[in-house]
Amino acid sequence: MTMLDTPLTGRVEGPKGPDHHPEHHHASPTPIGFWIYLMSDCVIFASLFAAYAVLGNNFAGGPGPKDLFEPGFVLIETALLLISSVTFGVAMLKAENHDMDATTLWLVVTGLFGAGFIGMELYEFNHLIHIGAGPDRSGFLSAFFLLVGTHGLHVTAGLIWLCVMIAQIRMKGMIPANMQRLSTLSMFWHFLDLVWIGVFSFVYLVRLI
Amino acid sequence: MASEAHVQAPETWSPLFGRLTLDWIPYHEPILVGTFSAIVLGGIAAVLLMTYFKLWGPLWRDWITSVDHKKIGIMYMVLGFIMFIRGFADALMMRAQQAMAAGGAEGYLPPHHYDQVFTAHGVIMIFFVAMAFITGIMNFVMPTQIGARDVAFPFLNNFSFWMTVAGALLVNISLFIGEFARVGWLAFPPLSGSAFSSGPGVDYYLWALQIAGVGTTLSGVNLLATIFKMRAKGMKLFDMPVFTWTTLCTNVLIVAAFPVLTATLTMLTLDRYLGFHFFTNDLGGNAMMYVNLIWIWGHPEVYILILPIFGVFSEIVSTFSGKPLFGYKTMVWATACIMVLSFVVWLHHFFTMGSGANVNTFFGITTMIIAVPTGVKVFNWLFTMYKGRVRFEVPMLWTTGFIVTFAIGGMTGVLLAVPPVDFQLHNTLFLIAHFHNVIIGGVVFGVYAAVTFWWPKAFGFKLDDKWGRRTFWFWFVGFYFAFMPLYALGLMGVTRRLQSYMDQAWQIYFIVAAFGAVLIACGIACGFINFAVSILRRKELAVGGDPWNARTLDWATQSPPAHYNFPQDIVVSGRDYFWKMKKDGFKWSTNYQDIHMPNNTATGVIVAAMALVFGFAMIWYIWWLAAISFIGMIATVIAHTFNYNQDHWIPAAKVAEMEAKGDVA
Repeated sequence: MTMLDTPLTGRVEGPKGPDHHPEHHHASPTPIGFWIYLMSDCVIFASLFAAYAVLGNNFAGGPGPKDLFEPGFVLIETALLLISSVTFGVAMLKAENHDMDATTLWLVVTGLFGAGFIGMELYEFNHLIHIGAGPDRSGFLSAFFLLVGTHGLHVTAGLIWLCVMIAQIRMKGMIPANMQRLSTLSMFWHFLDLVWIGVFSFVYLVRLI
Repeated sequence: MASEAHVQAPETWSPLFGRLTLDWIPYHEPILVGTFSAIVLGGIAAVLLMTYFKLWGPLWRDWITSVDHKKIGIMYMVLGFIMFIRGFADALMMRAQQAMAAGGAEGYLPPHHYDQVFTAHGVIMIFFVAMAFITGIMNFVMPTQIGARDVAFPFLNNFSFWMTVAGALLVNISLFIGEFARVGWLAFPPLSGSAFSSGPGVDYYLWALQIAGVGTTLSGVNLLATIFKMRAKGMKLFDMPVFTWTTLCTNVLIVAAFPVLTATLTMLTLDRYLGFHFFTNDLGGNAMMYVNLIWIWGHPEVYILILPIFGVFSEIVSTFSGKPLFGYKTMVWATACIMVLSFVVWLHHFFTMGSGANVNTFFGITTMIIAVPTGVKVFNWLFTMYKGRVRFEVPMLWTTGFIVTFAIGGMTGVLLAVPPVDFQLHNTLFLIAHFHNVIIGGVVFGVYAAVTFWWPKAFGFKLDDKWGRRTFWFWFVGFYFAFMPLYALGLMGVTRRLQSYMDQAWQIYFIVAAFGAVLIACGIACGFINFAVSILRRKELAVGGDPWNARTLDWATQSPPAHYNFPQDIVVSGRDYFWKMKKDGFKWSTNYQDIHMPNNTATGVIVAAMALVFGFAMIWYIWWLAAISFIGMIATVIAHTFNYNQDHWIPAAKVAEMEAKGDVA
């Protein structure tokens, strides 16, 4: 996803002279470009939610949500991800003040919460497969694993991006290019949080009632 | 394409080569060995010529690594034409087979080969010909129409192109290593599931489309951001040329529809690779969910193909009628209506699913409604010509051919929108005739029109008029010979995808259709001869920046445009702004300034090459290679983000020099 973070192209022209202080006719296209990308990602999740809605009761004689999901476990998982969004928000506030060390610190904290979330998810998947409730058991479990797994893959990609981002901040400082990348990553992170709220509600919560 | 022996090839797996064994190389198939030899010989000749003329350096520097939207657009067109030859060869093979295989005759293609041919034909023509063409035209034309220097994300544009190429290569590799899918172009399960298609054919299909799909989606994001953020100062949305509007709507459709395809194909991939049960017959799978999902992508897809072509015809009609387009605003709203409605008609592809009268009625009516904005467009084009001084240049010829042909195709479409009629015609050749009628009459005619229209902008000389007219007439007449018999056959109840048939009364129709295909082949040949002849005669065909007396900003540049497009920023007020500039006697100021441009980069082609290797490794279960190439892709992309010097400045003196060389409007 870092691929999207290209520099803005040469639409801008500067006054003549050795040092260019271009008068930007155009704001950077990166934020809107990334928004559009996120919306396309949203359609992927919409398709997976739809698949879960269609197949969600096809247990094929296997276990259903009430046999498999632990409300307490999912609640802690959810809390980890939601807190990571808050800590990312703090990192952004520190970045606004160009406080490199504090930004790094809060990004690391965010990464730890994200890693905790992924760890719990992996534990859950491993457990389900172990007890014979893997994705090859039924249509319901196929849809469950793909939807939750796709979200998990996104968070993993976000964690890799987070590491790269920290390295780049340490190397180059709080330069405009990095600020833009940081705010793009922040959009991505909050977006995943939002998707998880959908997953938490429709995959776990509703099915446990 | 596999022989009988391959179909039953035992599944063996080795850690080094996965399930790839020598049995999968079709060296005993004369057609394939012949094709392979021709490609190898042609390839060697091309390599030698390139080396002799020392063209490798320029090819790498000026094209492969280029982030220039115009060059990427031209490369998409080259890809489209190359794949067009492949897809059309498949078409000729099918026409020949069906002309022969009547009344117990088997023809020359056995079923498992014939099934690969019709699958490959559909996949190639939609994904790697039509999509490549429209993406190429949008890339080449749209940024200059809005007065931009490049797209919003130039590197991403290069990357998208090479991902499309990687997908196209995978489809072609399947010709000589293994087999292609034998399941029809949309690969419906359960047939395409591992229970009924265990070979690598469907996996070629899946990975080729997934890899190319990444390119398409990102290119959609890119072009949308370009239209929203890179327009010249003063250009409001309702000042944009109609082609840019149709590009906008098309890319909204791409961004909203292609992710559904990605998700659907991922589900089928998981069914095949890891034993999931999305679409299987057992353990709670639901095959009709695939059909629904794939058409939720598939119906917008046909509008993705046709909307930009509507834009092309709009530009051509108003240019060659010497008038502003009639009903600009209705044209824009009609396009936007189609964009929205295209998402609520998907079920008309399978009225026979049995979802009941109410559901079928809803989708039947929405399908009929979507014909209304299309009708609005046709009348707008006609009224633009009315009382204009119409110049019947070659692009205009294609346009009139399109209006007549497309209207017929549209009407048969409305017939199919009536559910009871569809129950009779579902999966018959009537449907095949209908969608070829709109895709050839619309997209193909439109691409030829666009190529003829913008060729002088791209290369600085026009295409030859005589060969252009020959191309048109062969195509136009050939189309009617090739597809009108299929309407008749469809009404007789002949289903699609028949390798052979018993009723000899059908044969004469198939022979006429084959004759039409030969006429089309002549049309295609004339088209390529046209390119060759015009390149040889380029001195006498040379033209300036505005050879057609056109109206929009894409014609305000030199021909070919400097890679920065415009020597200065333009401030736009109103529609058809170039027309206004010409009337006002506009001249570029000679007070040039430095211009900021993006650098070329090899990252796109490197990552796409790794994606190709990754796809190949996944198809053949070569897990170690898949892991290495996947990690390689991620690492290359990350490394790319550590390069902060991704642009440069062109000094004003250099701009002045380049402008002095060219002929500026």
